[in-house]
Amino acid sequence: MAALRAIMKTTAARLSALYLILFAICAILLVFYMTSLSVHMLEAQTRDTINEDVQRLAAGYERGGLPLLVRVIEQRSRQPGANLYLIADPNGRILSGNVESLDPGVLSTNGWTERPFSYVRYGEGVGERPNRPTTGRVAEHRAIAVVLRLPNQLILLVGRDLGEPERFRLVVRRSLMFALGTMGLGALLIWFFVGRRALKRIDNISAASRRIMGGDLSGRLPVVGAGDEFDRLAENLNMMLGRIAELNEGLKQVSDNIAHDLKTPLTRLRNRAEAALAGKHSTAEYREAIESSITESDQLIRTFNAILMISRLEAGYSAESTVPIDLDTILHDVVELYEPVAEEMGVGLEAGVDGKHTITGNRELVGQALSNIVDNAIKYSAGSSEKAAVTVKAESVDGEVRLTVTDNGPGIPEDDHARATERFVRLEQSRSRPGSGLGLSLAKAVMKFHGGRLDLSSVEPGLRVSMAFPASKKAN
Amino acid sequence: MVSQTANAGDLANKTSMKILVIEDDREAADYLEKAFAEAGHNAHLARDGEAGYTLARNGDYDVLVVDRMLPQRDGLSVIAGLRAHGDDTPVLILSALGEVDDRVTGLRAGGDDYLTKPYAFSELLARVEVLNRRSAGKDVETVYRAGDLELDRLSHTVKRAGKEITLQPREFRLLEYLMRHAGQVVTRTMLLENVWDYHFDPQTNVIDVHVSRLRSKIEKGFDAPVLHTIRGAGYMLRAG
Repeated sequence: MAALRAIMKTTAARLSALYLILFAICAILLVFYMTSLSVHMLEAQTRDTINEDVQRLAAGYERGGLPLLVRVIEQRSRQPGANLYLIADPNGRILSGNVESLDPGVLSTNGWTERPFSYVRYGEGVGERPNRPTTGRVAEHRAIAVVLRLPNQLILLVGRDLGEPERFRLVVRRSLMFALGTMGLGALLIWFFVGRRALKRIDNISAASRRIMGGDLSGRLPVVGAGDEFDRLAENLNMMLGRIAELNEGLKQVSDNIAHDLKTPLTRLRNRAEAALAGKHSTAEYREAIESSITESDQLIRTFNAILMISRLEAGYSAESTVPIDLDTILHDVVELYEPVAEEMGVGLEAGVDGKHTITGNRELVGQALSNIVDNAIKYSAGSSEKAAVTVKAESVDGEVRLTVTDNGPGIPEDDHARATERFVRLEQSRSRPGSGLGLSLAKAVMKFHGGRLDLSSVEPGLRVSMAFPASKKAN
Repeated sequence: MVSQTANAGDLANKTSMKILVIEDDREAADYLEKAFAEAGHNAHLARDGEAGYTLARNGDYDVLVVDRMLPQRDGLSVIAGLRAHGDDTPVLILSALGEVDDRVTGLRAGGDDYLTKPYAFSELLARVEVLNRRSAGKDVETVYRAGDLELDRLSHTVKRAGKEITLQPREFRLLEYLMRHAGQVVTRTMLLENVWDYHFDPQTNVIDVHVSRLRSKIEKGFDAPVLHTIRGAGYMLRAG
């Protein structure tokens, strides 16, 4: 009973109940329609039969006059069957036929009786006494008939019992009701089993999510493999859990990395202050110590801000901060900004644009990401060859707008491409160079924020970093 | 050639400012009060938004430093309240929030500058000094002068000792900004913000290289340095 109540609470059960009711209403309407239709058809058939009978009697009357008609009727009345015959005098007294009595007023109609009437068949009346008034305790039948006036004022009634069509109607109705009942019962059974199955799967999902909430963060919801809506839901929820785990992992990594990468400079800072405090120093030495401490703290603040910014960007998208922006302008700004540094480091910096590239985004973020990438490219290609060069390009490819920065420096081995954009990861060859190790991770976070990608690929020699933005719809 | 590196105090022609700091963190507020005093300014403190608003309405301050998240009354609401009463005292917003559009929200509420915590005091000081309304009014001048250096904003020409110096458009804007704030420290991020209109912190010394290019153009062949590097802070343009 409890299980049934639980099932009744499910959406599936409620929907099925609704469908069942609708179905029942339709079925009942169908039963009524079918029976009344069939009754009408049978009635029409009955009338045809009566008409034929009358025509035959009329033919007999023409041939042999009234005596023949009476004889024929008497003869027919003795035959078993559903036909009714009656001859009465103008006052309605029954003279001949197989009807003992009938509803008053029937004989006064002319032509077809308007509606079925009751009658008592001859020989079925009480005590076979024709004069005794009918009491209603006799077997009444229903019939339709045609009433005709004969030329000598006698009344002729030819009719047909309706017992057969009414039985038929009952049979049709009963069988339809039976079919309906069976279907209803079937629906209930299917509903019970399907509902229970659905309920079981939902229970499984609930149990799994409780386990996950309980701390088993690697747990996932069961996917049966049926590919139905439950599986799709579970798959999506699993993807969400995966994303949460990823963020969680990222957070954990950040705290680990903060512990490592911020502790080192903090320790250095502290040591320097301690060293300055210990022993006697000249004013210039004190000043030197304080200045280097400030430089060190500035670097710390910078690293800290970058970490914060990456987490904020990864936390989500805020549509308010994005507008249509022109990538070419940003590209030229950044190239112009870095051009003197590049020249000083002996690196050629070139800008290439193949048209107008507009995306929906945040100018600040894109500018910062691009400048981080250009910064890296200049830093790593400097001194690598006689003609160190960095090319920055904007192009539209495959429905994307890309900003690519290509250098001809030593590049990064293919295997390390994915790792290069992780936070704080500084690949072997870069350990000795300045930087927080956050430049590419920030660029990656910016691309994620814009719904795009950051791709690294190798060129011979060198590295190509590509910021791929989804092309914006024509922004006006 | 004289050393081009100096300390802010050695060069600046300080005008003492009256600053109101609205900040609920006691330690941070006390530090700011002391640090502003050491820089030659007079800083008052308010610990919550309501008190800060009352002080700002009645005191005649040169600059307000307002934290965004304050007890009793939110920092942005304080600024909006002041602006609604026609008070246009320059406001620098301090914020621990670092969302992408925080800056926009803050400036839209009526702030004049925005600084995210944690910040270096040198950065805050430089920005506050530049905001000082007594140093405003330079926007209407068409020619900036510092010693024998002259910049004409209309004809886009730069002359030193009567001799014309050719600058790239960006170098011109850089010098224009430095000369508008002659005698004041401007930081690298301030330059990036005002000359390039980007608000991030460049990793490498890109700004330094731009400045040293500009410096070589305006100082080469002349005796006195005008563009000074201020240790731990930024740059200052000052003749003599």
